Amino acid sequence: MALPERIKNTINGIRSQFPTTQALLIPMLHEVQEEFHWVSEDSMKEIAEFLEMPLSKVKEVATFYTMFQREPIGKVNLQFCTNISCWLNGAEKLVTCAEKRLGIKSGETTPDGKFTINQVECLAACGTAPALQVNQDYYENLTVPQLNDLLDQASRDLDAGKVVGKSTHKPGVWP
Amino acid sequence: MSYTLPENFELVLTKHVNEKDCHTLDYYIKNDNGYKALEKALKMQPNEVTDEVKKSNLRGRGGAGFPTGMKWSFMPVKPVDAKGNPKPKYLVCNADEGEPGTFKDRLIMTKTPHKMIEGMIIAGHAIDSNKGFIYIRGEFYQETRIMQAAIDEARAKGFLGKNILGSGFDFDLVIYRGAGAYICGEETALLNSLEGKRGEPRLKPPFPAQVGAYGMPSCVNNVETFAAVPYIISEGAAKYAAMGNERSGGTRLYGVSGHVNKPGVYELPMTMTLRQVIEVAGGCKDGKKIKAVIPGGASAPMLRESELDVLMDYDSLMKAGTMSGSGGVIVMDESVNIVEAAYVLLKFYEHESCGQCSQCREGSHWLARMFKRILDGGGTQDDLDYISKICGNMAGQTICAFADAVTGPALSSVKKFREDFEAMIKNSAQVGAHV
Repeated sequence: MALPERIKNTINGIRSQFPTTQALLIPMLHEVQEEFHWVSEDSMKEIAEFLEMPLSKVKEVATFYTMFQREPIGKVNLQFCTNISCWLNGAEKLVTCAEKRLGIKSGETTPDGKFTINQVECLAACGTAPALQVNQDYYENLTVPQLNDLLDQASRDLDAGKVVGKSTHKPGVWP
Repeated sequence: MSYTLPENFELVLTKHVNEKDCHTLDYYIKNDNGYKALEKALKMQPNEVTDEVKKSNLRGRGGAGFPTGMKWSFMPVKPVDAKGNPKPKYLVCNADEGEPGTFKDRLIMTKTPHKMIEGMIIAGHAIDSNKGFIYIRGEFYQETRIMQAAIDEARAKGFLGKNILGSGFDFDLVIYRGAGAYICGEETALLNSLEGKRGEPRLKPPFPAQVGAYGMPSCVNNVETFAAVPYIISEGAAKYAAMGNERSGGTRLYGVSGHVNKPGVYELPMTMTLRQVIEVAGGCKDGKKIKAVIPGGASAPMLRESELDVLMDYDSLMKAGTMSGSGGVIVMDESVNIVEAAYVLLKFYEHESCGQCSQCREGSHWLARMFKRILDGGGTQDDLDYISKICGNMAGQTICAFADAVTGPALSSVKKFREDFEAMIKNSAQVGAHV
């Protein structure tokens, strides 16, 4: 699973903005996470080589941040905020609904590799609680029927080969 | 109990946020006096700009409430390295919004990003820095994209880059994305993260003004703080200061969430009471009674309903034994079991402790486990005394204020809602779940 040239080019493109090479590590981990849906041991080795850093430094950073997954996750990462304001507004019902429908528990991925359920910490959408982040996109003031529709749609889109949860992404434009 | 806004009150930050295309440069210039303050500031000396901000009584809106002008004045004037070569100075914006209950910076970034950018350029001029970093939490993809588009627009019009508006001043902005760590909102953890390292807070001193980002003198301010700067420069410090009280000037964004009828971000004067702020947000949901309120983000100790007449400025809240923090007001109605609410928060702290200091690493886990045990029916009366003991060994004992923050919900919940804990403990004794 060699790192694509695209990632190396992106990182080289922002090199001059930062005073140190280490500063490029988190942006590079983000790129790898987006590309492969996880950051593997092999990817870490390649990053270390590319940035000319010890592997241990790459690992200590990759393991610190929750957005870098160290196991493959599903194509659709359902990240339910269950912190205080979302909890007060029924986040637990949403999590239960998703767990039942997909037949997995929080932290697990469906066997077909389509969906992962995660409970995450505050998404800074407390005024529009409960909030769910699907890959990159936020869904706010979410209700159980809306969640059901959303899961139906995501499943159809995946089957049709469409990208899910990246509605504000523009190819070629950072980030 | 209704509240009339003072006559001199003006919306400094949110006047235009409901308008179409308010995030664009075009809109900002046409309708919001955009970049006029920058023009004015660039004709002033850097120390004059800092003095104006000092006079405005603007205090940091991220949580600590430190006077902004004073922070800027801590920056060395002409720093040099050991060989006598000049060192660069960096300006850093803390956009790592993640304190549970807080969602105001997100509003600024998506609706009026140019206000924040203009504030940063003016701050760059004041501290004589040529480069600013905006550290945005990684989950904010959309927000980052809007900010990046705004930076590109500003650069295309000559508000960023070389020789801004012909003044000879160079300044540019770079966005850096976090990757899901609450602790990176702590300014020295943020600096480590900005360097591509683990987001572990640093020992102070040295303070960021001496050794900040990449070892260089740096100044870190919150999104809302920067966004207030253009108004202060264009309308004058006196006008801004007059909207607040003698120790903290201007308006403040309060994010009201939880059990209220109209949750959202409200820009209000700090001369209101907490009860009035909740009323502005439509009062308690479904006609229920308020049981508890967290007045300044998850780390602020809870208040009882009987304590809601406290004023919302930094000092009054501190006197009331809590804090104004990040302005996130979380309202809980009478149906909430405070043991459970406190556990939700402690679970969060357990997950987010960076693990550097043993008091915090062990304490946050211990507290979360203990609250869970009480919830599950295994609590004892001794637990309640133990909670304060553990908290006493955490607060003030660590590198950063995270451990103090953990004790906020833990201690206040037991102290103020002891009856909820005792009811659970009593029940558990009856069902014999206690082992």
